[in-house]
Amino acid sequence: MYKLLLSWRYLRTRYIALASIVSVTLGVATLIVVNSVMSGFAHEMHARLHGILSDIVVESYETAGMPDATWHMEKIRSIVGADLEAITAVVHVPAMVNIPVPNGRSVTRPINLVGVDEKTYAQVCEFSPHLLHPENRKQLSFLLRHGGYAPGRAAFPPSGWQHRRNRVRIERDIQRHLGPPASSDTGGEQESGDSNPQKIAARSTDFDPLSAALPQSPPPLPGSGRFDQQPTSRNDEGDDHSQRGLADFERSDPFGGVPANSNGAVFDAVKHQHTGVVLGIAIASTRHRDADGEVRDYYYCLPGDDVQITFPNASQKPTAVFDWFTVVDMYESQMSEYDSTFAFVPLRKLQEMRGMFDPEQGIYGVTSIQLKVRDGANLNAIRDRLREQFPATTFPYSIQTWRDLQGPLLAAVQLETTILNILLFLIIAVAGFGILATFFMIVVEKTRDIGILKALGAPSGGVMSIFLNYGFALGLVGAIAGMGLGLAFVAYINEIAGVVETLTGREVFDPTVYYFQEIPVITDAATMFWVVCGAVLIAVLASVLPALRAARLHPVEALRHE
Amino acid sequence: MSSSIPVGYEPLIASAGQSSSHLAAFTGQSDEHQLDAKPALLSARNVTKSYQKGRLKIPVLKGVNFGVEPGEFVSIIGQSGSGKSTLLHLLGMLDVPDEGEICLGLERMDNVSSKRRDRFRNKQIGMIFQFYHLLPELTTRENVLAPLMISQGVVSYLRHRRRNRERADYLLDMVGLSHRLAHRPCELSGGEMQRTAVARALITRPRLLLADEPTGNLDTENSREILQILKDLNREEQLTIVMVTHDQEIAKEANRTVCLREGLVDEMGRGIL
Repeated sequence: MYKLLLSWRYLRTRYIALASIVSVTLGVATLIVVNSVMSGFAHEMHARLHGILSDIVVESYETAGMPDATWHMEKIRSIVGADLEAITAVVHVPAMVNIPVPNGRSVTRPINLVGVDEKTYAQVCEFSPHLLHPENRKQLSFLLRHGGYAPGRAAFPPSGWQHRRNRVRIERDIQRHLGPPASSDTGGEQESGDSNPQKIAARSTDFDPLSAALPQSPPPLPGSGRFDQQPTSRNDEGDDHSQRGLADFERSDPFGGVPANSNGAVFDAVKHQHTGVVLGIAIASTRHRDADGEVRDYYYCLPGDDVQITFPNASQKPTAVFDWFTVVDMYESQMSEYDSTFAFVPLRKLQEMRGMFDPEQGIYGVTSIQLKVRDGANLNAIRDRLREQFPATTFPYSIQTWRDLQGPLLAAVQLETTILNILLFLIIAVAGFGILATFFMIVVEKTRDIGILKALGAPSGGVMSIFLNYGFALGLVGAIAGMGLGLAFVAYINEIAGVVETLTGREVFDPTVYYFQEIPVITDAATMFWVVCGAVLIAVLASVLPALRAARLHPVEALRHE
Repeated sequence: MSSSIPVGYEPLIASAGQSSSHLAAFTGQSDEHQLDAKPALLSARNVTKSYQKGRLKIPVLKGVNFGVEPGEFVSIIGQSGSGKSTLLHLLGMLDVPDEGEICLGLERMDNVSSKRRDRFRNKQIGMIFQFYHLLPELTTRENVLAPLMISQGVVSYLRHRRRNRERADYLLDMVGLSHRLAHRPCELSGGEMQRTAVARALITRPRLLLADEPTGNLDTENSREILQILKDLNREEQLTIVMVTHDQEIAKEANRTVCLREGLVDEMGRGIL
């Protein structure tokens, strides 16, 4: 009884102990805040990675991929069995996108071109929610929409057919005023039909009113214009393609869903579109800050604009093939790695352009097959089963779960969290040493009282437990106060960040870097429990030595202590 | 008594038992006060004690024989450094002698476990000190209750809370401090603190009260009051009291006086008094 009473009285009357409590409080609060933010980030990242990657990916290392997608999918279906929820075949190919920009220049970006099946791809991974158009979010379509992209985002420029028509009309007006009307009726900037390099080079000089209007900009040379890649790649492709010449306009383009072309009509950019492409938003835009420090996005192209995509075909001697595509939507997963590299086109179009099909048997090849399995299914077990059935000796395939694919990143985040936790626990350990020092002082100060207690018959163990109780109480009070402080901090973390921003004038949480609008936090009860336990344990451990010292005091000497 | 004593102690206890037949003889040595068959309540036999100061060994007690009978009021007198406080500490089980025995009744106490000695000190002995030695964090009443808090666990203390409190209040009333129950020691005068200490010493109904210069820090008035309380306790409740003092006037208040000189009981000392 006296132990509790005295610990309680010491806790209330020794203000020096408050310093120890404060250090425990701060340590615990920091740990809780950091853990919440880290697990918020990690959870957000996991969710996104998982969403984008699908559960299991069977990927072929061959240039031409898996020769027969249907057979592979059937086989995978039979192996996975009831756990399989959805399956889709995709073609991945490294590619280059050229986005025409004013001045007759073009922005070139390396991309990861993905041929997707619009019906099944969204079932396998979280694809649709990252699109801008609400209709595409429901069901992906590679047809350009009339308008209404990114509703609720005021800064997003108007796009869609309206944008396309306006742009083409303006370009044609400019052309009418400045250039010879030679082939303007063939469709604005859609010059893909022109096979004569000389003509194109000449046209491009004539065609660029904006660059001509700017005296400081160098005159557009052949090779710097927006069409310069076209003749080159044409030549690479050989005579077979160039023979098509003007007939390119009439080429079949069923995947763009442009009936005009399939009907053999002349391509009119006002009425027709090329095959659709969904561009990662960071490919098509840059994010920067204006003079006021506001985050602004500048779009090189918008849904409705045309871009040129070049990629290798699947032959034994790969050569570059290219085509014009119309941007029909943008992909914004808020993972900068994906937003800045992924572009999605219809699977069939890509397969045909790369020559990944056997026209005689109607068999199509793919480079990877993505699976979605039932929630709670053992991913690793399914992966191992698939590996067994597609042995590496026969099939040059890589079969991985999303965790395997993002293993290094996930491991890095895990490591970061672990190290941070260790470092922060050291803060509490420092607080522990504070308690140790304080307690030694208190024991010295209380030596006579200890002598009195012993003279009254208190056993050494009892005296010791006064100080252990005291340490426990200090740790508990500090930890609970720290928990409250930490939780309050986490609850208002975005507001606090705002206050810090206004005070220091520096942005704490930069949305241009993180793609998050707010700081994500997750408070985990188990983590908090262990943090509090750890803090209390450290406080008790720190009080062991002083308590032992108190217990070992000789009663007579302690009584004589002044 | 044997059931609670570990097996290893039995021979010692037996020898202590044997020696008890001679107890009257050696307690009788310390003064002429003849003992009847009455056994000594607490006795020290051939006790030596020395303190180590660096390499120097300072002998304080050089073979002291001392006994106190139930109901006695003995004062131990001696010069500063004569070892009287050390003897009292040994009697109070706060320390162990280098040689010799401390016996409670027939039971040898100097070589039993410290736990047992703690319990003995808590239950059988009340102690009063020159510097009061109250716990500054506790109120007067809590200070008085402290020995009970030590001897009882949390549950049993809380269960007997009312009874404990009544006893504390009764004792504080007895020493005239019923108006000071909730005061801290720092708010009390020296006399009040010493009276609190007396109440604390009595809370466990001890068989023996050991007082180490109880009046050493008090003025004449307060000294007389404290002495009066002690004398009343001895007379009315037959409480055995051993009081150490250096003041002959105060020593005279006791039934019997033992004089210590240079670590030995000075049999001639009686003549001086």
